[in-house]
Amino acid sequence: MIRIEKLHKSYPIGKDFLHVLKGLDLHIKEGEFVSIMGSSGSGKSTLLNIVGLLDGHDTGKYYLNGQLIENLDEKKAAILRNKFLGFVFQSFNLINYKSALENVALPLYYQGMARKDRNKVALQYLDKVGLKDRAEHLPSELSGGEKQRVAIARALVTNPKVILADEPTGALDSTTTHSVMELLKEINREGMTVFVITHEEDVAGETDRIVRLKDGVIISDERVQKKAKV
Amino acid sequence: MIKFLFDTDTWQEIYSSIRKNKIRTGITIIGVMWGIFLLVVLLGAAKGVENNFNRLFGDFATNSVFVWAQQTSKPFKGFQEGKGITLKMSDLDNIKKEIKGLEFVIPRHQNQALAVNKFKTGTFGIFGDYPEFDKVQKRNLVYGRFINDNDIIEKKKVCVIEEEIYKQLFDKGEFPIGQYIKIDNINYNVVGMYKEGQIGSGGPQGSIHIPFTTFQQVYNRGDSVGWMMITGQPGFDITQIEADVKLLLKNLHKVHPEDERAFGSFNLGKEIAKVTGFLTGMQFLTWFVGIATLIAGVFAIGNILLITVKERTKEIGIRRALGAKPWEIKRQIILESVFLTSIAGALGIISGGVVLMIIDATLGQGEEPALTNPTVDIPVIIIAAITLVVLGTLIGLIPAHKAVSIRPIEALREE
Repeated sequence: MIRIEKLHKSYPIGKDFLHVLKGLDLHIKEGEFVSIMGSSGSGKSTLLNIVGLLDGHDTGKYYLNGQLIENLDEKKAAILRNKFLGFVFQSFNLINYKSALENVALPLYYQGMARKDRNKVALQYLDKVGLKDRAEHLPSELSGGEKQRVAIARALVTNPKVILADEPTGALDSTTTHSVMELLKEINREGMTVFVITHEEDVAGETDRIVRLKDGVIISDERVQKKAKV
Repeated sequence: MIKFLFDTDTWQEIYSSIRKNKIRTGITIIGVMWGIFLLVVLLGAAKGVENNFNRLFGDFATNSVFVWAQQTSKPFKGFQEGKGITLKMSDLDNIKKEIKGLEFVIPRHQNQALAVNKFKTGTFGIFGDYPEFDKVQKRNLVYGRFINDNDIIEKKKVCVIEEEIYKQLFDKGEFPIGQYIKIDNINYNVVGMYKEGQIGSGGPQGSIHIPFTTFQQVYNRGDSVGWMMITGQPGFDITQIEADVKLLLKNLHKVHPEDERAFGSFNLGKEIAKVTGFLTGMQFLTWFVGIATLIAGVFAIGNILLITVKERTKEIGIRRALGAKPWEIKRQIILESVFLTSIAGALGIISGGVVLMIIDATLGQGEEPALTNPTVDIPVIIIAAITLVVLGTLIGLIPAHKAVSIRPIEALREE
C-alpha cells in the first residue's frame, strides 16, 4: 500500500540544510496497523507529511497504492489526498463553525457529491463512531474524545485506502486515548490500513507493528507480539 | 461554475466567514458603499444643476444661432457700401441645401403690434412663426396648441399668446381659447396660451405668435424673412455652421466676403458652451472623486479579505488536506470579494438614490429651485456596478492567491 525507498528530505535553514530524513526504506502492506515512534525531531512528522502528500520529498521513491508519486502539482495532490488518504490530527482540526455532520461531509463536498447524499453518508460514519446523536453539534460543544471521533469519521468518510493519524491521542486523557485507539483498531479490523504517529509507548503498543525512528533513520521495525490478547 | 454559484454550501461558507468578522465586514462594506454613494449623489446633483440650467434657458435649443441681415460696410461688385439687405425664403432653401449638419432652419418675422380685446389694449411683440419654432424654443403651453402646418398653408388668422398678455387682455377666469382678439385691427382666433420660461425672448410681457405666412401677408413682407434661427445637429459645431451660413449669405447677396457688418448673428451655443464647460468640469470632478473613493473602498475589501485569509490559514490547510483543490479555495475567496462589493454597491446605489430623492424634494421644488430633476442615468449605474464587480474580482485575486500559496503543511502547523 505504501512503499518508500531511500527517501531523503531536508529543509533549508538559512544557508544550511537540515537533513531530516536520511534514506528511509519502509513497506506497509494493505490492512496493516503501523505506528511510527520517535522523539521530537526524529523526522516522524516529516515522514507523515510526505506520506500524506502534504509535502514533497527530495530523492528516493514513494509509491502510494502502487502509484509512483512524483511531480505532483497541488491539484493532483488534492485529488489523491481526497481519494486515498484520511487524516486524523492531534489538534482534531475540525472547522469550528460547521456542525459535526458538516465536518464529516466536507471531503465528500470536494468530491462533488450532492448535499443530500453526502449528509446521508456522513451520518452513517458518525453512527459508526457512536456520535449520531451529536450530528448537529458544533465542535465547541463536543468533548476532546468526541472531537477526535468526529475527525476519525471525517477521515473515513471517503472510504480511503490509508488512515494517517498524527499523534491522534496527544491531546486526550488516558481513558479517551484508550477509546480512540479501540476505534482505530476496530477500523483496522475491518481491513483499513492505519498509520499512526506517536511518541507514547502505550499507544504504539496497541498497534501491530512499531517502526522506531531516530535522527532520520529507522532504528527498529518489529511486530508486536500480543495480538492474541485482543 | 454555475453549479458552484447556486450551491447552498458556497453561500453558507460565505455567510459563516462574514459572520465571523461582522464589524470589520460591515465597516468595509460602508467604505465601498460610500464611494458609490458619493458617485451617485454627486452625479445626480451635477445633473440637477445642468437640468436647472437648461430649464432656465427657456428650453432654447442650446446649439442654435440667430442670423439677420443689416447693411453692407464695404463696396462690392459695383454696389456701394451701405446697401440694405433683406433675407428671402430662397436663402433658407439654399442654406438647407448647401450646409451640412443642420437640424432646423426657421425663418421668423418680428414686429410690435397693438392688441385689443373689448376695452383692454396693450402693445406687444408679435412674431411670425413656423411650427418648428416650438421644437427649437419649446413653448410651454398651458392651453391649446402652437401654430401648425395647416395654419401656415391657409395663412390662418390664429394666434398663440403668452400668459402675461392673457392677463392684460382678458378678465380673470375667462377661458382664452376660441376667443377673438384684434391685433393691428385684424381679428385673430386665440388657439393657444403658453407660459414663458425665465429667460425668454419677448421681454417681460411675453409675445404673440402668428403663422409666418399670415405675418408676411398682413404686414406686406412679401417673400422676405426677418431673421432666422438655425440649429445644428448634435455633434456639429455651431460656430462653424454660423460662419458657413454667413459666408453663403454673402455670396448669395453679393456682399464682400470680408464684410463683417452685412449680417448680424448671435451664437447661443457659444454662450452656453461657457456654462456647459463648467458643468462638464464638475462632472469630471465628480467621476474622479467617486471612482477614487470606490477604488479605495475596493482596496479595503481586498485588505479585509487578506486578513480573513490570514486568520483562516489553518482552516484552508485543513480543507486542502481533505482534498480541496487550489482553485476551489480561490474561487470561494473571489466570490466572497465579489459578493461583498456587490452588496456594498447595491446599498450605495440605493442610498444614493434615496438622498437624490430627498434633495429633489427639498432643493428641487418651488418657483426658483436650485436643482431640477437630480438623476443619474441607468447606463452610468450599470457601468459603476460592472466596475465594482470587476474590481472586486481583481482585488479578490490577491487574497485568493495568498490563500493557496501557503503549503497545506505550513497552514496546518499554524496555531
